[in-house]
Amino acid sequence: MRKDLLGSLLKGAIGLAALAFTASIPSHAQDTIKVGVLHSLSGTMAISETTLKDVMLMLIEEQNKKGGLLGKKLEAVVVDPASNWPLFAEKARELITQHKVAAVFGCWTSVSRKSVLPVFKELNNILFYPVQYEGEESERNVFYTGAAPNQQAIPAVDYLMSEEGGKVERWVLAGTDYVYPRTTNKILEAYLLAKGVKKEDILINYTPFGHSDWQSIVAEIKKFGSAGKKTAVVSTINGDANVPFYKELANQGIKATDIPVVAFSVGEEELAGIDTKDLVGHLAAWNYFQSVDGPTNAQFIAKWKEFTKNPKRVTNDPMEAHYIGFNMWVKAVESAGTTDPDKVIDALPGIEVPNLTGGVSKMLPNHHITKPVMIGEIRDDGQFDVVWQTEGLVPGDAWSDFLDGSKDLDADWVEKKCGNFNTKTGQCGGV
Amino acid sequence: MRITRRYWAIALVIMIVIAAAVPGANIAYADDDDLETAMRLFAANSFSETITAIDHIVSSGAPHAIAIIDALGDRRLFVAENDRSVVYRDVDGALRDCRRGEVVTNPPAALTALRINNRVRSAIAAARGALSLFDPDPQRRREAAAAVFAARDPTALPAIESALAREKDSGIADVLKLARAGIVIAKADAPVETRIEAIEVLKDHGGRDALAILGSLSPETVEPVRKAAETAISTIESRLALWSTAQNLWYGISLGSVLLLAAIGLAITFGVMGVINMAHGEMVMLGAYTTFVVQEVIRTSAPGVFDYSLAFAIPLAFLVAGSVGVGIERGVIRLLYGRALETLLATWGISLILQQAVRTIFGPTNREVGTPGFMAGTFHIGELAITWNRLYIVIFAAVIFIGLLLTLRFTSFGLNVRAVTQNRRMAGSMGIATNRIDALTFGLGSGVAGLAGVALSQIDNVSPNLGQSYIIDSFLVVVFGGVGNLWGTLVGALSLGVANKLLEPYAGAVLGKILLLVLIILFIQKRPRGLFALKGRAVEA
Repeated sequence: MRKDLLGSLLKGAIGLAALAFTASIPSHAQDTIKVGVLHSLSGTMAISETTLKDVMLMLIEEQNKKGGLLGKKLEAVVVDPASNWPLFAEKARELITQHKVAAVFGCWTSVSRKSVLPVFKELNNILFYPVQYEGEESERNVFYTGAAPNQQAIPAVDYLMSEEGGKVERWVLAGTDYVYPRTTNKILEAYLLAKGVKKEDILINYTPFGHSDWQSIVAEIKKFGSAGKKTAVVSTINGDANVPFYKELANQGIKATDIPVVAFSVGEEELAGIDTKDLVGHLAAWNYFQSVDGPTNAQFIAKWKEFTKNPKRVTNDPMEAHYIGFNMWVKAVESAGTTDPDKVIDALPGIEVPNLTGGVSKMLPNHHITKPVMIGEIRDDGQFDVVWQTEGLVPGDAWSDFLDGSKDLDADWVEKKCGNFNTKTGQCGGV
Repeated sequence: MRITRRYWAIALVIMIVIAAAVPGANIAYADDDDLETAMRLFAANSFSETITAIDHIVSSGAPHAIAIIDALGDRRLFVAENDRSVVYRDVDGALRDCRRGEVVTNPPAALTALRINNRVRSAIAAARGALSLFDPDPQRRREAAAAVFAARDPTALPAIESALAREKDSGIADVLKLARAGIVIAKADAPVETRIEAIEVLKDHGGRDALAILGSLSPETVEPVRKAAETAISTIESRLALWSTAQNLWYGISLGSVLLLAAIGLAITFGVMGVINMAHGEMVMLGAYTTFVVQEVIRTSAPGVFDYSLAFAIPLAFLVAGSVGVGIERGVIRLLYGRALETLLATWGISLILQQAVRTIFGPTNREVGTPGFMAGTFHIGELAITWNRLYIVIFAAVIFIGLLLTLRFTSFGLNVRAVTQNRRMAGSMGIATNRIDALTFGLGSGVAGLAGVALSQIDNVSPNLGQSYIIDSFLVVVFGGVGNLWGTLVGALSLGVANKLLEPYAGAVLGKILLLVLIILFIQKRPRGLFALKGRAVEA
């Protein structure tokens, strides 16, 4: 009796959980085009990815209000890969084979992208990846709408080295221990050494995911910064570890005027959980900030607040990447006249759509896009002040020019039909 | 040169103000041109011109100069769109013109706030320091001296000298002497003896800031000065090395206290009752969210008592987490006593449900929990920097530990708990309502976890994942310390914390954690029952 009761209780719980997890919208007739949304709605990454699911729903709703696509309504299919990397691959397969989606918008961490790659290649579908990443990749089925290292990391370091950025001579490269920070720091280290920075003026530090006790590392940064040279921290610290890191910085009294921290993974959304009073002046490098003035951005923010029914909701860079990616896909489908992945993949390079900061972003043959690079300083209201930005748009470079083995590679899916063409040997197929 | 002149101008104006401070008297502006130029530069609203403008404001010696500088720092300085005139909003909200500091009667319609960045902010700090070196308020003078020390602007030297001559407060004078030393040391045209004397001043002061100044000496510096600086650096460094051991120990204790807080509730539910409660972390999370809700309510209804928000949050967090704990015990765990594996699975399920529930109610993003004023900042004992919030957490953990110990030892409830856990059937036949005690004990353990959540909200994310990040560490502490013994938990938490922090500087955070896990595995092989193993019949029960 007892066992039965427990059994049914457990079943009920599992059923409930399943309901909450896979909130897929019931399918209608055949007259819709399905769009897959592959973002974690539970687990560690839910903190960042849930917002991207919401923005996709908003964009699809907007498109449907405009009359849909090719005369059909768009329909979002939302699945929850639950921050579980192998599950990403399973859910991607489910989206493509069961739901027959025309394209998928999703993934956040590089490891989740790597996990779904084989699925997209095998089933020949399209993935739009909206997050800044370490580069060193260009796949036929993937379109990278986030920043490549040359659209974020390198310009940020250049800024800090300039007069305006404080002429930094000593560098702490602090990151979470996984592929994105490791590769980015490798590129940055090579770049700094090439710029004449001495090896002893670079300190590289890695911490585990979700690291919460930053006392000794912040003290070490302080120590490293007291050698008489202007010091800055380049942070590739990811996710949940940022809040305790910034709280410790504030507590140990490290001001942005002493040792500025420039972060590549901290945006408006992440700052929402921190009291930014003591963080004023610390920096972030992105391709979009909510505070950028302009009619398209103002309209987007207003729509977003209305869609989420929350006047306090903020917008951030990966959301803009989805905005650009979705509009590019819509345009490519319209010009191809079909949602057939092969035709859309061929139609995408060269497509131009306005971004939210007043420019026009273009899809390049290497499946990366052109974006402006901006440096923002944290304000006391949790927003950023843009203190510097590139003159025009910077084209994304898939293969870094500062790494051996990668600098000779070129990605071109239009002429060469190759993601890793070696310019030295003249052959497709890497090193 | 203009910039050198500005400090004389300030000194002069101060003298005039002090000498002829007749109420209502009209003070002559030392330099009207400077204000004009500054306003023209401000109107451009570019960073480098704003910095030059700050210099002009300082050298103008105008009585409202400090008000303008403060306004710029707080983004209360505006350029009018129509005529490019510059105005600032004073602390009371009135719009004043930069020219005379008078209230503007018909304010311009469209105003743009002046942009600032880190470079401008540094210039503002230096200017504020220079302007308040002669302030009658000792607190402002102290801040000014520190700002001048940090800025190390060679042109400020005359002003520092005259401030030093007037300064009565020895504490402020010491900072001024440091500021003078910091400038003199790099002055190539100063006599060698003066520079070496300056090095001595910095050496005696010690600390990281002195080290930075000594380290920044250019390699071309004359031999004796450079030599003296090198000796000073090695003296300071060896002194700091000693302190850094103490510092690491303190970090260890503070990490240990966090581990203790997270684990002590588990020491009761797992250690005393033997329930493997995977939802323990979520009780911590509920405590943190309770703090968030309490602060939100206080922010909207009574912002005045914000500093006491934690005092309200502590009992509420205990009640919320405790009652959820009682609910879980009555609803699920009660049915599973004696079946460890099923309990583990069921409580893990509960933890997922609680996480998703919080995610649905509060959203997936982090929630901001403010730090009350008295818990912010750092104080120093020698070179040992102790942050207030960590100190409070250490104290809080100690109070909870002692409180629990006393409860279990000296109250009748504690007696019942011990009786039930030692021999359930005997206790039952003595007339103790074992069911009720089980529920209350579980509630106590969960409530204590909620208290931990209040403390953790001060240093960590308040997000649905908060609990997950502590559950493994908590089990580690309880198992390492010895199941069923609160003292074991205390020693376990502190030794894990200290070992972690002593390893970290040498092995790095990632490797340090791995090393520690390996050490614990080896230890458990040797002593499967942990540090403080229970002996006697209770073990077999």
